[in-house]
Amino acid sequence: MKQTKTTKPKTATGMLIRRSVFAYPYVVWMAIFILAPMLLILYYAFTSDGAVTLENIVRASSWDNLRVLADSVRFALYTTLLCLLLGFPVAYLLSQMKKTTAALLSVFFIVPMWMNFLLRTYAWKVLLSAFTNMLYTESAVLLGMVYNFLPFMILPIYTTLIKLDKSYIEAAADLGANPRKTFLKVVLPLSMPGVISGVTMVFIPSTTTFAISQLLGGGKTMLYGDLIYMKVITEQSWDTGSALSIILLAFVLVSMTFMKKAERKTSDEGGGRLW
Amino acid sequence: MKTLKKIACLALALALSLSLFACGGGSKVTLNVLNWGDYIDPDLLRQFEDETGISVKYTTMTSNEEMLVKLASADNIYDVCFPSDYLIEKLVAEDLLYAINKANIPNLSNIDSRFLDLAFDPGNQYSVPYMWGTVGILYNPTMVSDPVDSWNILWDEKYSGEILMYDSMRDTIGITLKKLGYDINTRSEDDILAAQEALIAQKPLVRAYLTDDIKMELINGSASMGVVYSGDAVYCISENPDLAYAVPKEGSNVWFDNIIIPKTSTRTAEAEQFINFLCDAEVAAQNSDYIGFSTPNAAGLALMDPSYAADPTYNPPQDVLDRCQIFQDLGDFVKVFSNAWTKVKAA
Repeated sequence: MKQTKTTKPKTATGMLIRRSVFAYPYVVWMAIFILAPMLLILYYAFTSDGAVTLENIVRASSWDNLRVLADSVRFALYTTLLCLLLGFPVAYLLSQMKKTTAALLSVFFIVPMWMNFLLRTYAWKVLLSAFTNMLYTESAVLLGMVYNFLPFMILPIYTTLIKLDKSYIEAAADLGANPRKTFLKVVLPLSMPGVISGVTMVFIPSTTTFAISQLLGGGKTMLYGDLIYMKVITEQSWDTGSALSIILLAFVLVSMTFMKKAERKTSDEGGGRLW
Repeated sequence: MKTLKKIACLALALALSLSLFACGGGSKVTLNVLNWGDYIDPDLLRQFEDETGISVKYTTMTSNEEMLVKLASADNIYDVCFPSDYLIEKLVAEDLLYAINKANIPNLSNIDSRFLDLAFDPGNQYSVPYMWGTVGILYNPTMVSDPVDSWNILWDEKYSGEILMYDSMRDTIGITLKKLGYDINTRSEDDILAAQEALIAQKPLVRAYLTDDIKMELINGSASMGVVYSGDAVYCISENPDLAYAVPKEGSNVWFDNIIIPKTSTRTAEAEQFINFLCDAEVAAQNSDYIGFSTPNAAGLALMDPSYAADPTYNPPQDVLDRCQIFQDLGDFVKVFSNAWTKVKAA
């Protein structure tokens, strides 16, 4: 909106700085911490001794590396599926409770998120070695991932479910649908935007996980993030590491596009979107 | 728009809090020290701070490779660091080290001459010995019935799921080369390929590839054997006297960790003061007694309990050292090593 400066007497709004000014620090922030690193990765990935080349990308897409990517995707899919199976019922139960009870209960999975995930993963390491013989297996890695990403599944589904207009459910009941049918035909379809948000928010970080696999997998399960870490840290080959990151980024962008499409399809009908 | 505003506020708040952090700190000189995990008696850091008024900011890492990344970066902040022999060779070659002024380190005279003037730093122009030791197998005789005198036991299916390997490229490929009868510093791609295949074949038997965590696993009996540095073995045996250490007959790696000052350091005088402090006989003795690693400080060793000098793990006899090799910097051939290592880890 445009403010006329001279003719009108100064009003309260006239005194204010234009709103967009407040976004400048954010723009600077993004430029320094998101854009600049991205450009550096692009530079390292597509140059060799200063000359533009595809050599790094070709080397990074070797059969061995793609197998690691496939493994990571497999882990991410398992994690997403388990999070959905656990997260949906939890979100549904929370949405059926009194607001205050739900708020109190959600503290149990929100408060741990205030702690660094590495610390919580270390705690799992101790628990698993003390009470099970699961430590340093693929199941341990999966458990660590589900544990770390579950809140990102519950929260978007929960927000969608509480915004769901109760009159739809009443209407379904009035028209003779039993609770099971109401759930399947009304609640479930209307919660899809939340489910898709949740799936995206779990699947993407799962694909790029490292550290968890290192800690709970005992260095035996190598995910794509670990591979990038190894290339950059152990080998100091920044170009291969960057090329690997570009391949991962392309993969993530493609899967996000698919999920966005699915989200758009389902979100025409009301429902909350977390992002 | 509303969310944008919220984000802007958040960014502003973050920026403000960051600038507050930047204003902290006083006139006190701070030394940034980069070391391996569990590799110094923390009381000694406090003692140094009290004696000199210099404050020490202490950071740890788990491999020489990680150390190199930090030291070679343009904005390296570290003033003192503890790399191993082959990394020092590389750092010298890349001209990343400060030439130490020995006049500032009178305690250098405490160091046993066996550990001075080694091939990776002739004349000790850039480095001062800190600790030394061997790589071997730490095992639990109550769980291992066979004699442990060969690397081959780490490939024995009988101990499937009980074997711990060191999560470090040079060490693990190194001992595998030794097992196969090759040179630990080989430049032959065939040798490396053979080691890679041996390690991939071994992987199903391995419980985990770890670093400092190997100690806890062996102390509490979660695993029956693991590859460790001799100093870690000394510590573990003191915690769990059931454990025993062996340097296999095929030979192994003998290593020397020295103290260096990066060329980029602006606190070289204070760094030299710190090095001199660590070379003090009493300090060296206390430090070695605390972490379990062998001190090259002859005057310090003389102050320690005589059981240390008599312990073949702490103070390996000459016949053990004769079959051990020092790592050399591999130059560009390191790529062949890392490729093999990636393949093993991804197998």
